[in-house]
Amino acid sequence: MPFETLVAGCLAYVALMFAVAFWADRAAARGRVRWLDHPLVYTLSLSVYCSAWTFYGAVGYASRSGLEFATIYLGPTIVFAGSWWGLRRLVRVARTHHVTSIADLVSARFGKSNPLAALVTLIGVLAATPYIALQLQSVRLSFEVFATARPEDNGAVGGTALWVAVGLALFTILFGTRNLAADERHHGVVTAIALEAVVKLLAFLALGVFVVWGLADGPADIIARIARAAQDPANAEGWQLRPDRWTALNIVSAAAILTLPRMFQVMVIEAADEDRLRMAGWAFPAYLFAMSLFVLPIAVMGHELMPADANPDLYVLTLPDAAGQDMLALLVFLGGFSAATSMVVVSAIALATMISNHWLTPVWLALRKRPADEETEDLRGLVLNSRRLAILAMVGAGWVYHEASGGSTALAAMGLVAFTGVAQVLPAMIGGLLWRGANRFGAYAGVGSGFLLWLVIVYLPSLGIGSPPPLPEGVDPLAFSIFITLAVNSLAFVTCSIFWFPDPVERLQGLSFVSAVEPPRNSSLARGDDRAEPLLAMARRVWGPDPALLFFRAEAAAQGKSGYLPDLTPRFLTRLERRLAGSIGSATAHAMVERAAGRTSLTVADLMQVADEAQRAKEETQRLENASIELARTARQLREANEKLTALSVQKDAFLDQISHELRTPMTSIRAFSEFLSEPDLTDEERRKFAGIIHEEAGRLTRLLDNLLDISVLESGQAQLSVSASNLHDLIGRALTAASATRPERVFGIDRDPISEHVPVITDADRLLQVLINVIANSRKYCDAERPWLRIRVTRRDGAGTQIDIVDNGSGIDAGQQALIFEKFSRLNDPARAGGAGLGLAICREIMLSLGGEISYLPGQGGAAFRISLPARPPVGRGRVAPPEGQA
Amino acid sequence: MPQELDILMIEDETNIAEAVRFILTREGWRIGLHPEGKGAMQRIRAARPRLVILDLMLPGRSGAEILAELRADTDAGLAATPVLMLTARGQGPAVQPLAEKADALLAKPFSNDDLRRVVRELLA
Repeated sequence: MPFETLVAGCLAYVALMFAVAFWADRAAARGRVRWLDHPLVYTLSLSVYCSAWTFYGAVGYASRSGLEFATIYLGPTIVFAGSWWGLRRLVRVARTHHVTSIADLVSARFGKSNPLAALVTLIGVLAATPYIALQLQSVRLSFEVFATARPEDNGAVGGTALWVAVGLALFTILFGTRNLAADERHHGVVTAIALEAVVKLLAFLALGVFVVWGLADGPADIIARIARAAQDPANAEGWQLRPDRWTALNIVSAAAILTLPRMFQVMVIEAADEDRLRMAGWAFPAYLFAMSLFVLPIAVMGHELMPADANPDLYVLTLPDAAGQDMLALLVFLGGFSAATSMVVVSAIALATMISNHWLTPVWLALRKRPADEETEDLRGLVLNSRRLAILAMVGAGWVYHEASGGSTALAAMGLVAFTGVAQVLPAMIGGLLWRGANRFGAYAGVGSGFLLWLVIVYLPSLGIGSPPPLPEGVDPLAFSIFITLAVNSLAFVTCSIFWFPDPVERLQGLSFVSAVEPPRNSSLARGDDRAEPLLAMARRVWGPDPALLFFRAEAAAQGKSGYLPDLTPRFLTRLERRLAGSIGSATAHAMVERAAGRTSLTVADLMQVADEAQRAKEETQRLENASIELARTARQLREANEKLTALSVQKDAFLDQISHELRTPMTSIRAFSEFLSEPDLTDEERRKFAGIIHEEAGRLTRLLDNLLDISVLESGQAQLSVSASNLHDLIGRALTAASATRPERVFGIDRDPISEHVPVITDADRLLQVLINVIANSRKYCDAERPWLRIRVTRRDGAGTQIDIVDNGSGIDAGQQALIFEKFSRLNDPARAGGAGLGLAICREIMLSLGGEISYLPGQGGAAFRISLPARPPVGRGRVAPPEGQA
Repeated sequence: MPQELDILMIEDETNIAEAVRFILTREGWRIGLHPEGKGAMQRIRAARPRLVILDLMLPGRSGAEILAELRADTDAGLAATPVLMLTARGQGPAVQPLAEKADALLAKPFSNDDLRRVVRELLA
């Protein structure tokens, strides 16, 4: 393949990456992140784990050590498939605390300790520098594969590493430092990396298919060749599976997927939410499986077909190139290029954030002598520039390392050195997430000892400085160094965590990382400082401005101070905490007061956020309580309504029963006597008598129906009143005359007072007359005195209306029944039964209500006594009376 | 010594009582009348009629109560007196239990023929 084609293809690919990153960043800036946010993009971006080391090195590793290469894929698979929920929790905690890197996570957990973060950054930088060099080297080597065939191209290859380094630094600065907030996401970078992940996978799978079906004779042939290679005496020792190495490599690669700065960047920082881990939990292991599927076949075929001195790390390129598969070779080259560049870009971003946040910015702030005013000063330029500087430094260091080392180291060895280094962060990280007792002292001791040990027995020897410790025969140096560093690290971490007691701030952080609920109580508080102002602001958020000010002023006065800022005495803080607890719960109140008073690095804004969240939770609780009270009230109303309806239904049944009785009784007589009339042998007198009875009972039926209609109209409030002025004396006279038709044989004495009766009444005269007739007729009917008489008295009071009292000299109505007489069908024991159905007084009551007055029984008057009260004002438009406009 | 009665009627509605008396007298029965619930039981005991016609809705005491007392009487002969119950309440469920205790039940308004037939059957 012409070298120019390679360079042109490579440049076109780089241009594509720039375009994709640019497009994705612009789409994200416009808020169109839906597609970019897909869990698939997230999963693909995780493949940044597969750097050039895995792309080229895995085949070299397999040809040297057989199946052992698989541990590099197995460790991450176990982590993802086995505990994606654990990863979810990691993402949740990191996002809750706005963590910016693995170093930041560890420091946030252990009391926001910057020295610890700086130490983790140091490990990351030390591990990454040769690792980045490795990527540059792989690119240079892959160029050389094509160049060596044509000596005239050799000159062009020399500067490859430099040009790649410059290009990568440019890309990283362009797309990696657009945003100030380090916990914000880099859509451009992630999308470009996801695309590179696809290229990597396609290239490797295409090569694998070519090797298995093109070079070998299908799967069966390949398996046979692998089996032969495994029995080859030249491979026997290297290919032997060693349990110690196997275990150690699995552990260290599982640790690396969690602690490599670039992995933390794509897995945690770039995760929009923890839910995408659901897909990544199976899809990422599947990706790793696909990447590892053809490693062994390629290694075996390379070993068989390539010259003995060929570099196994480059089999993936030399195999297709030697077979004359130019396009496949170009694709594989681009795959390897993708693996190298994506690793460098993400590592540079992650490490630059760490270097900037934990090295450069603290140093710069410390060097600047004047007191920091963080509230107002704009640190934007400083942070961005220090991050750009750090990117240049990281990529530059990788290039320098590459040039200095001469590029001769086996790729796989460098990868494992880096893995072992970053794995030293794991005990502190896992312990910090799961164990409340873990603290800063343990973290220092663990990470520190693990780091030093790694430096001395692994890292420096790998650079040719010093030498690994002499080991007894049969002990594998790699497995030993992994086990010993992690063991010392963990032991120191646990021991020191147990023996030292953390300060309150750290315990609170630990609490929120481990997600325990109960805060530690009774811790000592910082006293006597001047932080009452933020406490007041916090209290205002919770209580509202006035009550908060009132409380603070009162507390200040109690201390003998003027103004509203009391000293932070223990007494004041206790009282404040207790008051706050009433509003937001004791746990939150304690945490807030302790943080505010404890001179922590937490800002006022943090406290405000805590207060707001607590207040929102309280409001929500209140809202739910209100809703439940409301629900209970509605249920009670429904129950009451139901009871009312049931009672009404019972009343209705009783009413219908009564009506049935009242209708059937006269009809019985009518039917019987009308049948008699058709009989032939009756006397004329009998016929007359029977006809009279029929007439009488028919009248009774008619009255009943009239009354029923009357009362139903009155009760429904539909009665039309025709109001006019009348003389009460005339009305009473007419009523007496009309009522005398009832039991006309009885002679009633009438006692009236004409003078008082001569008053005008403005009302519906016919209705009032109906009431008067009814009451008088009742007296005529029921008065059991031997010489009955009736006394009628009218009293009129200004403003209080007119009263008409009608009293007879009978035995009256029993006290127990006085309350019943105005009810429908309440006919009392009535031997006389002059055709009444017990509706009369009920009708009277309804009439008086519609006239705006009332009718009542007057007890203690000797005989039956009724009082009819007329209102002072005429009834039009009042009470249940329909306004007269309905009349035609 | 009271004249021996075939039928004692307990009914407060005078016109209905008049009608029943007219019908049954023409049939040849000797019939007496008691116009209210109060004292009805004593009247039955004293008269020992062969049939009691009992209105359900009576002032003073309901027909149902009188029937229950009659059936519970220690004098077995008296307790077994046939009873024809008259009711103006239709034949709803409230009346149903009475129909079982009474020997016959007539709903008002009844036809004269029905009354004659039922009384004839009960006195047969």
